[in-house]
Amino acid sequence: MQETTEPSLVPSRSPEERLPKNHRERKSKFVTVSLEEINRLYSPTDIASVDFEADVAAPGLFPYTRGIHANGYRGKVWTMRQFAGFGTPEETNARFKYLVKEGQTGLSVAYDLPALMGYDADSPLSEGEVGKCGVAISSLADMEVLFDGIPLDQATVSQTINAPASVFLAMYLVVAEKQGADWRKISGTLQNDILKEYIAQKEWIYPIRSAMKLVIDTFEFCTNHVPRYNPISVSGYHIREAGATALQELAFTLRDGIEYVEWGLRAGLDVDQFVPRISFFFNAHNDFFEEVAKYRAARRIWARIMRDRFGAKDERTMKLRFHTQTAGVSLAVQQPLNNIVRVAIQALAGVLGGTQSLHTDAYDEALALPTDKAALIALRTQQIIAEETGVANTVDPLGGSYFVEALTNKLEEGALAYFDRIDAMGGMVDAVEKGFPQREIQESAYQYQKALESGEQTIVGVNKYEMEDEPQVVPILVIDESVRSRQLERLDQVRTKRDSGAVDRTLDALRKTAERNENTMPATIEAVRAYATLGEICSALRDVYGIYEEPAI
Amino acid sequence: MNHSTKIRVLVAKPGLDGHDRGAKVIARALRDAGMEVIYTGLRQTPEMIAAAALQEDVDAVGISILSGAHNTLCPRIVSLLRDQGMKDTLVVLGGIVPHEDIAKLKDQGVAEIFLPGASTQDIAKFIRENVRPRE
Repeated sequence: MQETTEPSLVPSRSPEERLPKNHRERKSKFVTVSLEEINRLYSPTDIASVDFEADVAAPGLFPYTRGIHANGYRGKVWTMRQFAGFGTPEETNARFKYLVKEGQTGLSVAYDLPALMGYDADSPLSEGEVGKCGVAISSLADMEVLFDGIPLDQATVSQTINAPASVFLAMYLVVAEKQGADWRKISGTLQNDILKEYIAQKEWIYPIRSAMKLVIDTFEFCTNHVPRYNPISVSGYHIREAGATALQELAFTLRDGIEYVEWGLRAGLDVDQFVPRISFFFNAHNDFFEEVAKYRAARRIWARIMRDRFGAKDERTMKLRFHTQTAGVSLAVQQPLNNIVRVAIQALAGVLGGTQSLHTDAYDEALALPTDKAALIALRTQQIIAEETGVANTVDPLGGSYFVEALTNKLEEGALAYFDRIDAMGGMVDAVEKGFPQREIQESAYQYQKALESGEQTIVGVNKYEMEDEPQVVPILVIDESVRSRQLERLDQVRTKRDSGAVDRTLDALRKTAERNENTMPATIEAVRAYATLGEICSALRDVYGIYEEPAI
Repeated sequence: MNHSTKIRVLVAKPGLDGHDRGAKVIARALRDAGMEVIYTGLRQTPEMIAAAALQEDVDAVGISILSGAHNTLCPRIVSLLRDQGMKDTLVVLGGIVPHEDIAKLKDQGVAEIFLPGASTQDIAKFIRENVRPRE
């Protein structure tokens, strides 16, 4: 994986050999959590190629390496947006209100697996999964409860939903409409990043090209009708969680972003109209400086690509805005309170990297979904960083560090090299169909596992400082099996009370729209208004598009 | 017919969850440890998993579940295996499983539960030491 052949000025004796014996280094090679080698020291020579004005520049100026705002967090700190969802819509609504009461500034919905896969709670495939990994939603009736008492023209809500994202956008818009909100004033974010599903997260429904068409439908619809809404959050988070290195996360995510821009342009959208509403989502893993450099490189790469490859004129098109979540995969079951410390340091990397919003994981998330208490400490961690540490007093405090600038350059170069390989395959859709990013990630995941088992990488409490009888036992959130029956009850009521003629008509209209390759959003909204369920709407689209079969990789 | 003396393992991913990092890492690690590994792919029902186990004549079934659906899915897989005559087939589970559920799963026939942080070498060793020897 690594090719580091640095010419030595003193070939006969390595720097190591010149040191007195008691100064010998602990390891023959120092590497990041991505297994990238790090030098002993970084000096002006490591960043001699950097043209400060062109490559780094002041915050708020192209290429935005130091941040998209001139005054960083001095105007407004990042949005504290905790991802939450479990059990019934009532339970999740209560958790939202609890978090807002405790100072959270944005909402983020976690849906359960049946919802992510476009199945209703009463599908046989949903058995055992209803309300387990997120909140259970089968129809507009559930969404009305979920957002009860939460004004959607004031709150910014992020929805983590991908394969059936267009249906959830429709449900969100209809709930907003029922609350009396003006669509043109609604802001919020739909994850809607289907490429990373085929690459990493693997919650897909339709074949990839039809799924891309649905994404572009939402871009087009939002550009015209919900202009302040982010119809996509291009996500590296899940790519990283699946085992990618920091470089692979950066490269595949931005190349996914490029793919969406290309598809949008091919559909006739204007780059400066829709790209400003494309947002991003990155992971914050354990290797502090590598993460900070990753965010800085992401901004610089995106700005240059938008200007030079796509001819963007509007600076909003060039400014990469992103959400960050601390690395779920880094959390340990063993001695779980240690996770509070991991999360704090990862969150700090996100902040020093200039994130626009942040989710901090709860310490119990390697065991289950978080309890109220664990979720509260996660939120408090952000508040402590924002209001006690002083790190938000100045913009990009790590900018100009020889190490951070050198790492930023290295990550940028690596990402551009990946872009060349993916472009040569015909783009990201083609690369995914060939299994390229999937194989790269699998290989990295395996190498990391080997590094853990050899002791080259340490996880405190897991492969070092283990304890036989752990003193840390934490209570966990248990999802009651009655969640399913309560959800089935509401679903039965919906099916009984609604006008079934209207359901059939709107679903039929949706099928026809999809067959004619027209924008599916208006017909999806009509079906939602008629209380067609999530499963029924996705089935109508499955009828037209078929389903995705993963190739053996 | 399978005349190999290698231990044969079915790595199975039931339920709707798509997080297959663990399943793929363990499949490769068991192969590197000298076993023959068949990976089912995503979203297999308990019936599909039991059928694959029979067809592939495996010595062990490794189930990967992170979604919290283990209490529903694992007992069903074990009983389907036993019903089709695979009385000694070793069943192990890896994933996110609360401590409270472990004893019950063991009573239901899951031989061992490996939590996040388990080493692939320990998993391979457990399988090697606990499968019924091939005749």
